[in-house]
Amino acid sequence: MRIAIVDERASRASIIEDGLSSLPDCELFVLTQRDGLIARIAEIAPDIVFMDLGNPSRDVLEEYFVVSRALAHPIAMFVDESDDDSIAASIDAGVSTYVVDGLSAKRIQPLLQMTMQRFEAFARLETELAEAQGKLAERDTIDKAKRILMKTKGVSEPAAYAELRQKAMSSSRRIADIADAVVTAHELMGDSS
Amino acid sequence: MTQRLTIGFLPLVDACLPILAHEHGFAEEEGLELTFVRDVSWATVLDRLLYGHSDAAHLLAPLAIATTLGRGRPAQRLAAPFVLGLNGNAVTVSNTLAEALGCEGALGDPQALGERLKAVAAERQAQGRALRFGVVHRYSSHNYMLRYWLAGCGIRPDEDVEIVTIAPPFSADALKAGEIDGSCVGEPWNSIAVENGAGQIVLATAQIWRRGVEKVLALRAERLDEIRPAIEGLIRAMRRTGKHFVDPANWDTNAAILSRPEYCDAPHTLVRRAISDRLVLTHGGEEREYPDFMFQYHEAANFPWVSQAEWLYSQLVRWDGLGYDSDAAHAAARVFRPDVYRSALAATNDPLPTASSKVEGSVSEALQASTQHGTILLENNTFFDGRSFDPDRLEDYIAAQI
Repeated sequence: MRIAIVDERASRASIIEDGLSSLPDCELFVLTQRDGLIARIAEIAPDIVFMDLGNPSRDVLEEYFVVSRALAHPIAMFVDESDDDSIAASIDAGVSTYVVDGLSAKRIQPLLQMTMQRFEAFARLETELAEAQGKLAERDTIDKAKRILMKTKGVSEPAAYAELRQKAMSSSRRIADIADAVVTAHELMGDSS
Repeated sequence: MTQRLTIGFLPLVDACLPILAHEHGFAEEEGLELTFVRDVSWATVLDRLLYGHSDAAHLLAPLAIATTLGRGRPAQRLAAPFVLGLNGNAVTVSNTLAEALGCEGALGDPQALGERLKAVAAERQAQGRALRFGVVHRYSSHNYMLRYWLAGCGIRPDEDVEIVTIAPPFSADALKAGEIDGSCVGEPWNSIAVENGAGQIVLATAQIWRRGVEKVLALRAERLDEIRPAIEGLIRAMRRTGKHFVDPANWDTNAAILSRPEYCDAPHTLVRRAISDRLVLTHGGEEREYPDFMFQYHEAANFPWVSQAEWLYSQLVRWDGLGYDSDAAHAAARVFRPDVYRSALAATNDPLPTASSKVEGSVSEALQASTQHGTILLENNTFFDGRSFDPDRLEDYIAAQI
């Protein structure tokens, strides 16, 4: 089975490719370039196309599929109405699926499941990464706030941290938010050193 | 209690009414909290609508009809209780083609421009490199307006030129790279092409059909039934927004909001051009006013006339190579829901036409349309070729199309 993975994000495409390559009877083609996309698809003549929902070439690809109905290898939006739940799940996972006419749902399902899993896993990784980056940024802000307090009040580092912590507890806010307020106030006072 | 509505949109200036209804608090006053999902393809806007990621969407009117008729995917009934605006699109051509057409930084007369284009198209066809135009979607008013104009000038859209689908954000680059010779897209993408030196604006779609229906607010028909009070509130909020939107005093504020990254993500000056009906047609040129370039409010512009849906159906069958089918025609007509628009605004002073259909293209002089509070004037609703569309004679109109 010839499968095209169309995703401008090469890292995600390779994670999907990796997942699908563990399944039997799959010949995989990864397309990450916008230029010449339709010509490549025509050349590959895939049985299934997976494309991320955020891909700006979706309308162009769907137009090609409409035209392709006149060709020997017609492809349509996945799938017939009886598989509406599968489409909904696929859309929820962030992937649109197009299949060649006549391909049985039984053959599509395992591929679709794997692709959806990988899409979701990628989305999870991204969220975690964003959170981790957020935490790093927060730690940065707390360090800055500590330095400000140390400098302006002449206290030690543990004492500066204890003050931030005390304020956070007494006002039911997060330390990072208090630190952010300290840094902002300090900047507004015109001394950003 | 506040009701949340999620609205899908593409970053285009004509997504303005729901966005500004939110930003100016008109939606909130109707008890609505709007959240927006921005996408980069119509396919994804539609998927989110069909599979419940959004409650309503900024959608191409012909796509709402095509989806209902099951063109390209299994049929799903959509409803459009509100027209988000009329026109607002333009034809932009490469600098080379503009020169060949003798455009001198002015919007051409559609008929005269079409005649010159016909000659150039024949020349290019003879050289084996037919002129190629980009449109945003097969089922778009851009496609139908462009084709109506070409065909009306004796240029057969599928034989004498080539029409391809291209995502609006890439049309300027495609023009510059010579992949296409012209495009019909919405703003700000024509202005961006001009600004990048990729091409020149030569025609506004308002010159092809002065009151051409453009985007609609679309929902699944079942979803509309479920949340109808909220949608009626949204309609009221968007009418108030429209009044605010067309007031020159608010152009700057509104352009600033719409140009933000989470909305159109485009330069303020370019967004303002569309809003103010003042386009710059050539790189480095002066702003020129073309009244009614975008038409978002007056003359009950948001009223979903059933005759507009029927005209779009006539173009769908024309270019999809289908014949008239009374069931399909009826289903297409039912997509536009003047009944919902009327009940939403019944208790307001907003003029509500008492008829649901009108002869399109017949108004070369102002026409009085009756409303619940007397009459409103409908001005200048003409097609460039002087033809008119009588919805009572839909089948004849379709039969007479080439």
